Amino acid sequence: MNKVVKDAREAIKGIEDGMTLMVGGFGLSGIPENCISALVESGVKDLTCISNNAGVDDFGLGLLLQKHQIKKMISSYVGENAEFERQLLNGELEVELIPQGTLAERCRAGGAGIPAFFVPAGFGTEVAEGKEVREYNGKPHLLETGLTADYAIVKAWKGDTHGNLIYRYTANNFNQPMATAGKITIAEVEELVEAGELDPMQIHTPGIYVQRIFKGTNYEKRIERLTEK
Amino acid sequence: MALSKEQIAQRIAQELEDGFYVNLGIGIPTLVANYVPEGIEVILQSENGMLGMGQFPNKGKADADLINAGKQTVTILPGGSFFDSAASFAMIRGGHVDLTVLGAFEVTDQGDIASWKIPGKMVKGMGGAMDLVASAKNIIVAMQHTSRDGQSKLLKECTLPLTGVKCVKKIVSDLAVIEITDEGFLLLERAPGVSIDQIKAATEGRLIVRGEVPEMVL
Repeated sequence: MNKVVKDAREAIKGIEDGMTLMVGGFGLSGIPENCISALVESGVKDLTCISNNAGVDDFGLGLLLQKHQIKKMISSYVGENAEFERQLLNGELEVELIPQGTLAERCRAGGAGIPAFFVPAGFGTEVAEGKEVREYNGKPHLLETGLTADYAIVKAWKGDTHGNLIYRYTANNFNQPMATAGKITIAEVEELVEAGELDPMQIHTPGIYVQRIFKGTNYEKRIERLTEK
Repeated sequence: MALSKEQIAQRIAQELEDGFYVNLGIGIPTLVANYVPEGIEVILQSENGMLGMGQFPNKGKADADLINAGKQTVTILPGGSFFDSAASFAMIRGGHVDLTVLGAFEVTDQGDIASWKIPGKMVKGMGGAMDLVASAKNIIVAMQHTSRDGQSKLLKECTLPLTGVKCVKKIVSDLAVIEITDEGFLLLERAPGVSIDQIKAATEGRLIVRGEVPEMVL
């Protein structure tokens, strides 16, 4: 059961124009830096990216936006990126904004085989447009659907050859739910070890969800808002 | 005198109770953490996946993997925990967070809130605000009572796109503490030196004044 591939270039093989990708991370924390670079280099285009944020101008998914490789973003918050704003206002980019908890749950549900579920978030707002409303416990809820993707691309701290993953601090975020929802899930990790070396009680993402894994290199781990005492 | 941002945060901190799990939004709400009253313990939830959020790190100790929902580097306190985004919003949606404090552009006398989008200007997205307001047991809004040009932000109907409906329980503005009731904005406290007439003039929605309205004690 060896899922190890050589590098990011090999890991993203099969990603074609027009595909839907889930990309883990929150802000610039826990983003799959190596795979994003490889996607930029590959020139693949017309991508639909499901990702909580859209990176910043010159890092994260911002790198794919710069090269006009993204056709549509499905996100909860995209406010850190001027190039994104420019493309959106010029009609070069489609965007679908989803409440953050609903987005996370839609990924989790997609991976868990739950096609749809009800949540209260967004009732009475423009998010509710066109959605079925049902009352539970005296409160209106919206019908939301599970999401899956052609490829889910996640970043973990440690991983093993079976694809078991452990995330570090708040770099877990969307990586864990998205890892479950890719038809093919690619994991890049800072540290790659043999099966059996990770404590099975500490695994966040069991290897069953992961099809390809590799050790990333040259992590920049850029900080978006360095704040100190 | 109208309250400063710090004083708004200070007044909101008086609403905290021992043992509360609290989610603080970006801006003035974040400042509330600086004024937790002595002798009570509250645990801060950060919706990107952390309970027990601590202060900003010491110089040189920032870690790119340890941030808050505003993407600032932070620390974690003893007894804290990390989890994924779906689990984070499960605890929010499940009603396990005792208090949410967030900012707003506009609030109505029914408790509707607009806080995420100004059409024609940049649309940044709602982030976790819609999930938080739809599910929190108790929501306090920290806001300025009027816009820079003097227009009331406490309205009958929101003019901006909504974040949630009938959800806000209390407002602490630079002028007043207000509870949202079935009859409208109930004036609970005035900022020091601010008159009831000033508050009436700054409030477009239905304002209820019952008897003597005390000044805030900060």
